[in-house]
Amino acid sequence: MANIETFGPIDPDGPGLRDHLRAMAHPHRLVMLALALAGLAAIIHYMDWSWLPAYLPKLWNGLLMTLAMLGSSVVVGFVFALPLGLAQVTGPRILRWLATGFCTVIRGTPLLLQLWLFYYGLGSLFAQFPEIRDSWAWAYLRQAWPYGFIALTISFAAYQGEVMRGAFAGVPRGELEAARAFGMSRWLVFRRVWFPRSVFRALPTLTGEIILQLKSTPLVATITVTDLYAIVTRARQETFLTYEPLLLLAAIYICLSGILVIAMRWLENRVPTGR
Amino acid sequence: MIAGFDFSLLAYDSPGWGKALLVGALQSVKLAAGGYALGIVIGTVGAACKLYGSSILKDLAEIYTTVIRAVPELVLMLLFYYAGTDLISRLMVSLGYERVDVNGLLAGILVLGAVMGGYATEVLRGAIRAVPHGQIEAARAFGMSPLMVFRRVTLPAMIPHALPGMANLWMIVTKDTALLAVIGFSELTLVTRQAASATRAYFLFFLAAGALYLVLTLTSNIILRLVERRSRRGLAPAAG
Repeated sequence: MANIETFGPIDPDGPGLRDHLRAMAHPHRLVMLALALAGLAAIIHYMDWSWLPAYLPKLWNGLLMTLAMLGSSVVVGFVFALPLGLAQVTGPRILRWLATGFCTVIRGTPLLLQLWLFYYGLGSLFAQFPEIRDSWAWAYLRQAWPYGFIALTISFAAYQGEVMRGAFAGVPRGELEAARAFGMSRWLVFRRVWFPRSVFRALPTLTGEIILQLKSTPLVATITVTDLYAIVTRARQETFLTYEPLLLLAAIYICLSGILVIAMRWLENRVPTGR
Repeated sequence: MIAGFDFSLLAYDSPGWGKALLVGALQSVKLAAGGYALGIVIGTVGAACKLYGSSILKDLAEIYTTVIRAVPELVLMLLFYYAGTDLISRLMVSLGYERVDVNGLLAGILVLGAVMGGYATEVLRGAIRAVPHGQIEAARAFGMSPLMVFRRVTLPAMIPHALPGMANLWMIVTKDTALLAVIGFSELTLVTRQAASATRAYFLFFLAAGALYLVLTLTSNIILRLVERRSRRGLAPAAG
C-alpha cells in the first residue's frame, strides 16, 4: 500500500518534470519503456506505412478541420452554456423549465442521432424551400460542416450548461450578500462576483468536457465532413489496410488529448480558483 | 409542422416501421446491458490492479485507462472490433476449427465492454479508496481472508460511493450503443436511419428514435436514483 500515488503531489506546485523523470526511473518502468519502444519499432518496421507520405497533406487538413470543429463548438457552446446554467438557477419558472428540458433531452439522446437529425432532417427540409435555395445561405447550408458544427455546439452547450448550473449554484451565498451589502447593483454583483467565481469553479471540469468533445468530433465524419477520422477512413478504403491507419489515428488523438490536458493545466494555474 | 408528419409510418405492422424500431431498441438495450456488465467485470479487475496489484500491473492498468480516456470511442470500437474478431477467428483456425464469424451481438458487447471497462476502473477505484481504511483493517484484524474482507466490508461500503459514477456510466453506455451503427450493427440508430432514408421521413423517424432513447434514459434515471437513495440510507448527507 506504500506507493499508491507514485505521482502524488509532494511540493505545492505539483510534480515537476524532474519528479516525473524520477518516477519513470523505476527498473520495471525502464523495462516497459524498452518493450514499448521495441513494439513501436516493430510496428514501424513490419507494418505497411508506404501509404503515409501521400496522405500527409490530407491528414494535416483533416487535423485542422478536427481542431476547427473542436475550437468553434467549445467556444460557442460555452457562450450558450452560461445562460443555460443561469436560467436553471435563477430564471423565471418557464425559462428554468425550458433550460432544464433542453439539457435533459440533449444529454439523454445519442449525439450521432442528433447529428443525423440535423443533417438529413434539416438538410432535406431546407432543400424543399426555393426561398432558401436561392438565398446566400444556401452556399453554406448545402455543405455538411454547418450541421456538424450546430450539433456539436448544442451538445457541448447542454453538457456544459449542466456544469455551469452547479457552478452558479455553488458560489457561497455569503459572497453574494457581501457584494450586495457593499451597495453593488444586481448586475454589478453578477459581473464582479457571481460570474467570475462560478467560471473559476467550473474550470477544473472544463478540461474533461473539452476532451469529451474532442472524442465526439469524429462523429461528424458520418455526415461527410472531412475531418481527421474521415481522411483515415478514406485511407483505409483505398489501401485495404485495417490496422495501420487506425493505430495512427489513435496515436494522434492521444497526442491531442495530452496537449489539451497540459494546456488546460497551465491555464488553470494562472487563474485563481479560490480554494 | 406536426401536420407534415405521416404517423402511419410508425405503425407496428409491416408497412409501418414500428416493429423494426422496437426490435432495434431492444437490440440497443441488450448491447448496453451486456457491455455494461462486462465493463463492471473489467473495471473491478482494473481497480484491483490499480489499488492492490504489483507495480507492473498498476502501470498496465494506468496505460489502459489513459488510452481509453484519450481516444475517441468510435476509433476504439473499430480497433477492438477488427482486432478482436481477427484474433478470435485466427485462434479458431489455429486450433483446427472452422473459421467462425463472431456473432454480431457478442462482438458489440465485447467492444462496448472493453471501452466501458476503462471508465469503470476509475469509478470503482475512487469508490474503494473512499472506504475508510480503518474498517478494512478492522476486518483483517478479525482474521477475515482478503476475499471475505472484500465481500463483507469493502463491497457494501463502497457501493454508495460507486453508484453515482456507475449510474453516469450506464447513461454513457446506452448512448454509446449508437456508435455501433457506424460499424454496421443494426441497433436503434442504424434501423432509424434505414427507415428514414427508405421513406424520406427523416424528422419523424429521428424524433421517434430520440423519444425512445429518452424514455430509456429517463426511466433508468428514475430507477437509478431510487437505488442510490436506498444505498445511501444510514449515511450522513453530504456536506454543503
